[in-house]
Amino acid sequence: MAQQNGMVERRGAGLWLTHVGLLVGIAFIFFPIWLAFVASTVEQQEIVRPPMPLLPGDQFFSNYARALTSGVNAPVSTMLLNSMIMAIGISLGKIAISLLSAFAIVYFRFPARRLFFWLIFLTLMLPVEVRIVPTYEVIANFGMLNSYQGLILPLIASATATFLFRQFFMTVPDELAEAARVDGAGPMRFFFDILLPMSRTNIAALFVILFIYGWNQYLWPLLITTDPEMNTIVMGIKQMFPSGDDTADWPVIMATSILAMVPPVLVVVGMQRLFIRGLVDSEK
Amino acid sequence: MATLTLSNVKKSFGKTDVIHGISISVEDGEFIVIVGPSGCGKSTLLRMVAGLETITSGDVQIDGRRVNDQEPMDRDIAMVFQNYALYPHMSVFDNMAYGLKIARTPRAEIEERVAHAAKLLQLETFLQRKPRELSGGQRQRVAMGRAIVRKPAVFLFDEPLSNLDAKLRVQMRLEIKALQRELGVTALYVTHDQVEAMTMADRMVVMNGGIADQVGEPLEVYANPATEFVAGFIGSPPTNFLSADILGRSGDTKVGVRPEHTRLSDSGSLRARAAYSEALGAETLVHLKCADGTQVTVRQDAASTIPQEGNEVGLDWDPANEMRFDPSGRRC
Ligand SMILES: Nc1ncnc2c1ncn2[C@@H]1O[C@H](COP(=O)(O)OP(=O)(O)OP(=O)(O)O)[C@@H](O)[C@H]1O
Ligand SMILES: [Mg+2]
Repeated sequence: MAQQNGMVERRGAGLWLTHVGLLVGIAFIFFPIWLAFVASTVEQQEIVRPPMPLLPGDQFFSNYARALTSGVNAPVSTMLLNSMIMAIGISLGKIAISLLSAFAIVYFRFPARRLFFWLIFLTLMLPVEVRIVPTYEVIANFGMLNSYQGLILPLIASATATFLFRQFFMTVPDELAEAARVDGAGPMRFFFDILLPMSRTNIAALFVILFIYGWNQYLWPLLITTDPEMNTIVMGIKQMFPSGDDTADWPVIMATSILAMVPPVLVVVGMQRLFIRGLVDSEK
Repeated sequence: MATLTLSNVKKSFGKTDVIHGISISVEDGEFIVIVGPSGCGKSTLLRMVAGLETITSGDVQIDGRRVNDQEPMDRDIAMVFQNYALYPHMSVFDNMAYGLKIARTPRAEIEERVAHAAKLLQLETFLQRKPRELSGGQRQRVAMGRAIVRKPAVFLFDEPLSNLDAKLRVQMRLEIKALQRELGVTALYVTHDQVEAMTMADRMVVMNGGIADQVGEPLEVYANPATEFVAGFIGSPPTNFLSADILGRSGDTKVGVRPEHTRLSDSGSLRARAAYSEALGAETLVHLKCADGTQVTVRQDAASTIPQEGNEVGLDWDPANEMRFDPSGRRC
């Protein structure tokens, strides 16, 4: 009995230790974000004069208003909108294309099906950074510099999502497609009425991942947007650092950083709920 | 309601021939059961009728129309799949209504037809549920409902009961049969369960390796098997087969006698040793072994005396119950 108690106590202590460990870890990771937040609510002088303040100041509204309406090169609200359009464009585009190509690969027998499969597979090995120079050339020739198409299109083609959907479609029993055929549904009807609703959990999960992928794009927007009005927020932050001897407007930069984090967090939190509901709802 | 005619239908997958030429003509409202061991091509045959599998050669006609090149929907058939193939994200109502919606049936008529089918199948209270919220038997009924609402010319069933437990299977078997009677729809029903075949069929097709060995009424097939395979496949326990050698006859004709026609008698010329017996309550199955190792089963009344294990007894039967097969398995 005593020994059992001892074990329970030890386990209790272990539990506490784990929690303390986790809390420390969270504090460690959260601290820089907290600092950024604090810096976004104080005045410039308070930041540059050590020690750095650890509690929020009273400039929250004025700093954020300044960032949103004027920013440094372009208003942050414009950059947020650009990022939003780009991230949503990339994720919806990728999802649409990969759903369709996975549908083609799994459900249709066409000549050189394997070849196409491997071609798609090959693109996996060519991330944007590797093909960036030719891609730039193509986009420039199409006159798509400083445009949303230019930001979105080159990042849409990808194989990862195609694979995910291919894997999922292959687990859908053949009889379902056959039943739909007997019911008189043509291929596209089957796709929209049956396959698409059945994939909604996967689509939600993928949307989260792709949204963040699109949001965090840095190199590509940096290359093709020269007009500050077309800057996305992630690259825009870097553009805010002054070159030469100018002083950086730290409160605005920090406010921008915090603002840049908000949409991905909202998407994760929002979609997580949908995602979990999808999981609970999903069949067997 | 329609007739269904298969004439010399064949199927090959690449170089392997799976169906070697089957001809059946099914009358209006008839319930045909296709029965045979696993892999003999039952599903393939059914799927060719459904239009889910191309027909390598031969013709399939529904109500006199040649349907070889028609899409499943245009053939006026409905199919019930072994795993039901219900659309998981749709309610029971939508599952049943989907085909009608595609056919652009007016909303009011869809509702009326689904309500009618739901009533027949006692599904009224489940119409808003998703398939996963139903029991196996209820899912089975939804699959039936989906077939019924389309008012097809022919019902096709591919082992619809094999995922149910034994008791439910018996119940559904009766329900399906009653429903088919009531609706008067021609039906083709695939199973590997000979009890289902015997109890449900107006006529049955016994398939063996891509060939229809026999087509006939269940009792006729039972009483008069056309081949050794049919004699062995239909009837439980299976027919006893005895070679000419062990019977002390000349020639190479094999003799088949059903267990219920085989009698234990001391005067019997064929001697066998009792191996073991299974008491089933109403009857007892006595398994015996002849000198050359041939297994023989005798069905005995529970009241009669059962030979001790290891004892030698004689076997006897009425020559009228004897079925003779030539070496190729044909009846002679
Ligand atoms: N798509 C295919 N390609 C090649 N061979 C196939 C294909 N489909 C079925 N077969 C073969 O055809 C034969 C008959 O198959 P089928 O599914 O019709 O058997 P079955 O009588 O329905 O058996 P079961 O009772 O196990 O369902 C089998 O030997 C199978 O291997
Ligand atoms: Mg089968």
